[in-house]
Amino acid sequence: MTALAAQVGHIARRSLVRTLRQPASAIPPFIFPMALLAVTAAGLDSATRLPGFPSDSFLAFFLAFPFIQGALFATMNAGTDLARDIQTGFLNRLSLTPMRGAALVTGHLAGVVTMGAVQACFYLAVGLAAGVSIASGVLGALTILGLATLIALAFGALGTFFALRTGSGESVQGLFPLLFVGLFLSSMNLPRNLIEADWFRFTATINPISYLIEGVRSLIIEGWDAQALALGFGMAGMIAVLSLTASAWALRGRLTRT
Amino acid sequence: MRRGASFRSVALAVAWRVLHNVFTTPSLLLPSLIFPLFFFTAFAGGLSRVDNIPGFDFPPGYTTFQFVFVLLQSAAFGGVFTGFGVARDFESGFARRLLLAAPQRGGLIAGYALAAVSRWAVTATILTVVAVAAHMKVGGDGVDLFGLYGLALIVSLAGTLWATGVAMRLRTMQAGPIMQMPVFLTLFFAPVYVPLDLLSGWLHAVAKVNPVTRLLEAGRSLIAGNPSEVGLAYGVAFALVAGFALWALRGLGSAERAGG
Repeated sequence: MTALAAQVGHIARRSLVRTLRQPASAIPPFIFPMALLAVTAAGLDSATRLPGFPSDSFLAFFLAFPFIQGALFATMNAGTDLARDIQTGFLNRLSLTPMRGAALVTGHLAGVVTMGAVQACFYLAVGLAAGVSIASGVLGALTILGLATLIALAFGALGTFFALRTGSGESVQGLFPLLFVGLFLSSMNLPRNLIEADWFRFTATINPISYLIEGVRSLIIEGWDAQALALGFGMAGMIAVLSLTASAWALRGRLTRT
Repeated sequence: MRRGASFRSVALAVAWRVLHNVFTTPSLLLPSLIFPLFFFTAFAGGLSRVDNIPGFDFPPGYTTFQFVFVLLQSAAFGGVFTGFGVARDFESGFARRLLLAAPQRGGLIAGYALAAVSRWAVTATILTVVAVAAHMKVGGDGVDLFGLYGLALIVSLAGTLWATGVAMRLRTMQAGPIMQMPVFLTLFFAPVYVPLDLLSGWLHAVAKVNPVTRLLEAGRSLIAGNPSEVGLAYGVAFALVAGFALWALRGLGSAERAGG
């Protein structure tokens, strides 16, 4: 058990340090979501005048978005770094050591989740500094951080699975547009009941990302909404479990091949 | 060979090569085609209720309102994507050989610009077909539409010259964000989702002085069939082209001094 923990610790530290040492990986998750938050919140502020809009601040309504976009960056960073390990032969060399497969994936994801948690604290701090008040209070803010961390784990595991399955950084990067499209075809800009186009409302309803956003958003603008939270945590948990299971399966195949 | 003829032959050769590369490599072609369609779908579909905001007055509707933004965005980003290709040419060493071989090096910039506007023409055609299929309402006549697409074409040229100037100075693919981010921010610091009058706070102040606002508002007035301040918008667009042409030429000088 101690040996496993030490292995996880080494890989987690490496994962974190590697991300921090690459400005091109470390900086965008902080800058891009904030830039989009600023322009969208200001540009769509008048949408709060729509009858039935659930908040009088579009900034508060839209603050859930950076948490999800930040998690998408976690997917890319997790996947690209692991794919690089495969491409450079690092994974091959690791497989010759007593390092366990579970320690590799857990350690790798621990680094990703730590980055995700730091990002979430940053987004929340920016939101609070910009005047957003969290309707669910301090406990709600902590719950937001918990949900954001779970979402980072879920997407990080998804990136890990793609990296292990394809072994190619470019293939993992190719996943980003797909996830980005998924993000935009959700309820990120308007509540689902205010989306006018039927096909778009349907797409947003079957899109799991909508429920992740709505889970975070409910804590910011509504307070404690059991249904939104259950759906948010449930979807994030389901993506995490499926992705981790798929990663474990792909890791077995990768270690067999190597 | 006469000076004009050699300039033309360099420009045509570079343009042909870029277009051949782009249209035979899906990973280069698809992003420039898909992203405008995706933004159009997400904005026009997901935000169509926005035209119910009190004070939103654009008779052709929200789909048309967003089409103009996405058309201009695709034009500007078509130029940026071409800039990525210029950077790739420098990184791979191909541009070094181009600089050695070209008798008129200004033709290189002209070639990249020609390729960018040709490439954007394809994107604009597909975007228009999709928008018409999505029941976009057009109030303007043929002359108005000619004015709109002409304006977008000049924006594409300006975007290309900007990105080419950056690529020739930095000569690495890592310059991608430097080409992309200023264009992205300048476009989004304009009235993207609602008209200028409905913006408030810092974004209203920034959008008022942002030249892209003039382009967007003139474009929207043209497609609505109610042209307004079109001359000013064309003046802004030509000024951007002139400024960025100078920027690109000085970038070429920088690349020449560095030996490609």
